[in-house]
Amino acid sequence: MPSDTTMNAKIPSGPLAQKWSKHKQDSKLINPANKRKFSVIVVGSGLAGASAAASLSELGYKVKCFCFQDSPRRAHSIAAQGGINAAKNYQNDGDSVYRLFYDTIKGGDFRAREANVYRLAEVSAAIIDQCVAQGVPLAREYGGLLANRSFGGAQVSRTFYARGQTGQQLLLGAYSALNKEIARGNVEMYSRSEMLELVMVDGHAKGIVVRDLVTGKVSSHAADTVILATGGYGNVFYLSTNAKGCNVTSIWRAHKKGALMANPCYTQIHPTCIPVSGDYQSKLTLMSESLRNDGRVWVPKKKEDCSKPPGQIAEDDRDYYLERKYPSFGNLAPRDISSRAAKEACDEGRGVGPGGLGVYLDFADAIIRYGHDQSPGKSLPTDELQRLGKAVIKEKYGNLFDMYERITGESAYEQPMRIFPAVHYTMGGLWVDYNLMSNIPGLHVLGEANFSDHGANRLGASALMQGLADGYFVLPYTIANYLATQKPGSIKTDHPAFKEAEKEVAERTKKFLSIKGKRTVDSFHRELGLLIWDQCGMARTREGLQKALKRIPEIREEFWTNVNVSGTGEQLNHELEKAGRVADFIEFGELMCIDALQREESCGGHFRTEHQYTKEDEAAKRGQAGEALRNDAEFAYVAAWEYTGDTAKPALHKEPLEYEEIHLAVRSYV
Amino acid sequence: MSHSLNLQLKVWRQSSTNAKGHFQDIVAKDIPETASFLEMLDIVNQRIITEGSDPIAFDHDCREGICGACSMVINGKPHGPEKATTACQLHMRKFKDGDTIWIEPFRAKAFPVIKDLAVDRSAFDRIMQAGGFISVRTGSVQDANNLPISKEAADSAMDAAECIGCGACVASCKNASAMLFVSAKAGQLNSLPQGQPEKHRRVLGMVKTMDEAGFGNCTNQFECEAACPKEISVRWITKLNRDYALATLHDAVTAPLSTGGGGD
Repeated sequence: MPSDTTMNAKIPSGPLAQKWSKHKQDSKLINPANKRKFSVIVVGSGLAGASAAASLSELGYKVKCFCFQDSPRRAHSIAAQGGINAAKNYQNDGDSVYRLFYDTIKGGDFRAREANVYRLAEVSAAIIDQCVAQGVPLAREYGGLLANRSFGGAQVSRTFYARGQTGQQLLLGAYSALNKEIARGNVEMYSRSEMLELVMVDGHAKGIVVRDLVTGKVSSHAADTVILATGGYGNVFYLSTNAKGCNVTSIWRAHKKGALMANPCYTQIHPTCIPVSGDYQSKLTLMSESLRNDGRVWVPKKKEDCSKPPGQIAEDDRDYYLERKYPSFGNLAPRDISSRAAKEACDEGRGVGPGGLGVYLDFADAIIRYGHDQSPGKSLPTDELQRLGKAVIKEKYGNLFDMYERITGESAYEQPMRIFPAVHYTMGGLWVDYNLMSNIPGLHVLGEANFSDHGANRLGASALMQGLADGYFVLPYTIANYLATQKPGSIKTDHPAFKEAEKEVAERTKKFLSIKGKRTVDSFHRELGLLIWDQCGMARTREGLQKALKRIPEIREEFWTNVNVSGTGEQLNHELEKAGRVADFIEFGELMCIDALQREESCGGHFRTEHQYTKEDEAAKRGQAGEALRNDAEFAYVAAWEYTGDTAKPALHKEPLEYEEIHLAVRSYV
Repeated sequence: MSHSLNLQLKVWRQSSTNAKGHFQDIVAKDIPETASFLEMLDIVNQRIITEGSDPIAFDHDCREGICGACSMVINGKPHGPEKATTACQLHMRKFKDGDTIWIEPFRAKAFPVIKDLAVDRSAFDRIMQAGGFISVRTGSVQDANNLPISKEAADSAMDAAECIGCGACVASCKNASAMLFVSAKAGQLNSLPQGQPEKHRRVLGMVKTMDEAGFGNCTNQFECEAACPKEISVRWITKLNRDYALATLHDAVTAPLSTGGGGD
């Protein structure tokens, strides 16, 4: 593949295990007296943003941090439940940096950049040390040492956790570090402030334009570098496990200023969410993957059993399909595989619950097993075992079971949970090099907002790891490589580029408010989301994607002529905020489908129905029938899209994925 | 098929911080009982927008009870009638057809209304900046397992750490006291060995900022514990009072030294 001059991944030379050490040695340094002359803008205050803002401030850089929430503590990292991976090998079960690296690359279906993933595994252990020092109450054993649990796609126990709210605890840790720096006067925090434009000066990212969401005031902020840590784009589907405010706007605005958008079709559908209950549904709720440590997934073998209460379906009439298809990983098969298996079962008419869109996650066996564990050597009656076992389950997953009951009105202690896959995470994002800088000089992108570490599918408990790795341990080293080439404070907000960007924002706001059409913003968002879910969701076809690409411009056209945005621009106006985000989602959705259409293979979360292993392949032992069929010869590349002025005709740039250490293999969990 | 409800809403409307507010009567017809409380408001808002009026503003984000953004009082109770449940996790099956529902913002001097049900809780951030952290630089730490912490201490810190910073404790208190929030936040760090070196200055700083923000005093009514969606125990307030007394004493004893030495 010819190399593309738009992108230089800047991967250090040398053996894989020494690249990061070597790169740190080779990176530029800025002396402490000069660091304080440099200013940094961080957009987003989740794990990646807060950890970066705090760590950069500790180094001496002047930081401004922005978030649209009313407090940095509410960024959506807070909702992560299950845990965070780290190659500590505290369990003595054979874990290592290499194994975490390999599991992550394989989990990503060999579509991630090898050097970045190795670095992620390498710094993972330091994250746990950092968080514990901050006072994050990770779960412990009686001996006082940290506890671990297992997550999908791994055969070791390397996941650290804090009850069912690991994300909240890690975020509060990063938020406390941020607060420490705010108190010191070195970080200026702007809450309820939304970035609406990236400001470019001579081809470099030098500032942003933000709208104060309370007063509506639009203002400019200049800095020597801009860091986007604004999360993923899962809400393009309307229904997802993301918070309502999660959006693509800041990375899309950057994309339209020249930043390449990489692999937008790689989206993760999480297998264990609470099924949709009606057309008023506003979001989907995840039930942590950790439940699959103890829950067994099944559907009835026979369609006619689907309407029966689960307790009346005999053991022999149940199909524990994950255990049957993937015996060595069983219920802990990776997310993309588990989701597709659930979809298959439902497509066959064996789904349960309203609309047949659900499968069971059953804790009955685990309850009995724990009951026995709690009464060694005794033979207790079943109800006594259940009582003891339920107490253990409650200790481990109580808050999740409570949440399930609040939403569905059913008790998962008494009957199996009903679950169904839902959009959860997006692996694609802005393209970045090894320094986490995009192709726009001065624009750094961290966490879920970049594309770099998870390939075509992310393993459970790896998002928290990546967000904190980027913010605490990668960017603080690599940022100097850019800043050292810049004269600090050379660009101020009196530069004409800021006035220009402010004008663009003001005109857009005026436009939204002047359309005064008949349809609400939400109705467009729902329509777009359903279309993307149907055509670019768990399974994609050429025909379906083409259909979506025909329909999306029509939705866009109607949006810009018939949307009804109430209120004014000079007040708290949620409809106006949503209008801007949905306008960007519509454009982004088109790029996502274009990307899915060009990738004529199946890999990880991107499943093209045309490309799967057949029964003949299975007989010839090439791969399991129905599984994703990659095409390494033609598609082992990162698809990075350039905005050309026409959203229908983006230009494709390819970064070949060159593996120095590992061999591409068929991803098998059998 | 699920049932639907017809409801009479009395919603607090206030166009801005300094504007005068009032309750508005809104009829909410055909609300599915499987919808969440916020989805009920979504349905109502879609109708309001279509009629050309101003939708009800309310803060919300994750809608799974963890971000702490919801800030409404439902029928006189912060987050509504359901125990240990945020407004976003409250579902309409808990209401009956024909019910009248009063919806108003969290009310406290320290939480000024921004618009309708949205309030400004930035005072909580300021309290956290006054000591809600352990001063440890990125990278300058030891291996996590070098510091064993008993499971009991870790679990206890975790109990306090469950606080989602929503402010229901303040809204439920007749004095608008923030003691449950502050005590949970300080208590988490003060229970752990990592939090010991800064224990005294943490407590003094956070309490001082809390007082300056205009929160009231605690008079042991315990409404806060009942309203807390994460069931944070009022025992944390007891601990805070004890830690505060010790910190004051410590400060008095060490003050001459630290003044002389240029410390705290």
